[in-house]
Amino acid sequence: MQHIVDARGRSCPEPVILTRQALNDKSIESLTVMVDAAVARENVARAILSATGKQAQINETAGGEWEISVKL
Amino acid sequence: MSGERKKMLGAGLLVGALGVLLVVLGNPKNMGVCVVCFLRDIGGALGLHRAAIVQNLRMEVPGFILGSFLAAVLFGEFKSRGGSNPILRFFMGAMVSITALVFLGCPLRMVLRLAAGDLNAVVGLIGFACGIAVGIYFLKRGFTLGRSYPQHKVAGAVGPAFAIFLVVLAVAAPAFIFRSGSGPGSMAAPLLYSLGAGLLIGAVAQRTRLCMVGGIRDMIMFKDSHLLLGFIAIFVVALIGNLLAGSFNLGFADQPVAHTNHFYNFLGMLATGLGAALLGGCPLRQLILAGEGDSDAMVTVMGLIVGAATAHNFGLAASPAGVPVNGQIANWVILALFVLIGFTAHETRKTTATKSKK
Repeated sequence: MQHIVDARGRSCPEPVILTRQALNDKSIESLTVMVDAAVARENVARAILSATGKQAQINETAGGEWEISVKL
Repeated sequence: MSGERKKMLGAGLLVGALGVLLVVLGNPKNMGVCVVCFLRDIGGALGLHRAAIVQNLRMEVPGFILGSFLAAVLFGEFKSRGGSNPILRFFMGAMVSITALVFLGCPLRMVLRLAAGDLNAVVGLIGFACGIAVGIYFLKRGFTLGRSYPQHKVAGAVGPAFAIFLVVLAVAAPAFIFRSGSGPGSMAAPLLYSLGAGLLIGAVAQRTRLCMVGGIRDMIMFKDSHLLLGFIAIFVVALIGNLLAGSFNLGFADQPVAHTNHFYNFLGMLATGLGAALLGGCPLRQLILAGEGDSDAMVTVMGLIVGAATAHNFGLAASPAGVPVNGQIANWVILALFVLIGFTAHETRKTTATKSKK
């Protein structure tokens, strides 16, 4: 199952909490987290790396918006 | 050590060193940098409260906002945004100020007090960590102040514009600006040093996301020591600086701008930690976010100023003599309100913030 977390506009540490909750869900095979702040982008990528050991893929979708994706 | 961690360490070293240096240059003892104290002094200078000993247009504060603004613009991170429960943030900011003034210092000053041997700050730190732990409970339960949205650039410019306004007032020094003749408010490093130190700290805090609340929060919640490293670096450098400057004095009694009521040192920082955790960052972080264009954070800063002024107008703020009864009552009421907000302002995550596709 593909799963999308929309963490845009969320203040610290909500994007990381939402990401971690999704990473704990074993039914999710691929995760995409949408963020709109550089801080959230760094924090979410770091959370994915520390929880899964995998480097997430980061795509800028619009000016100042990113999609951080990882296959689980 | 990764590049990010080195940067964080560097930021901590800088803040710790400047924290001690500003005292040598004239700031009150153990108050090289204190965001809540300085916002309180600014409120006094603007005439929002009439506590004659704590009125001063502290230039570190506009420095933080403008340093963050410049760094954010330079690195393409300035972004006008807002709309995440501003009125709640305003009052939560005000309440954080009041409880921080029961302890006598924001989380940053707590670390600087620790580094000068003030053991009352150990009690405060325990309370602070407990408060953050309670905040984490609410965050895990789904606490949120709601999402923010992109806003017109003008909204994001309010923080930096307000900072420039304060600098102009300090330079022009019109007669309606108050300035303490005695007490902590009369002690200040020269204007350019205060502003310069503020700009530097603001810029590095913007780049590294340095946050006192975040340090303990991420450690408890995610076992992530990234932000905590900055916290520890501030402590170590300020400790060394205080030892060198001869201003290290270990003990509970007779500490500068502090009291020895253990219970309210604990409870004051407990409420401060909880409130700041729910707000997503310590008072310093709110100033940095305000510089980056976050108008919700700027609303919180306004709340911090009004709360600090109220603390003095209503006789809630502590002094070296202790915590007034009004302040003790306010501390309990605020703690109860934070718990109430923590329980009520939440969402059921699965349905609102996330969605799945087969």
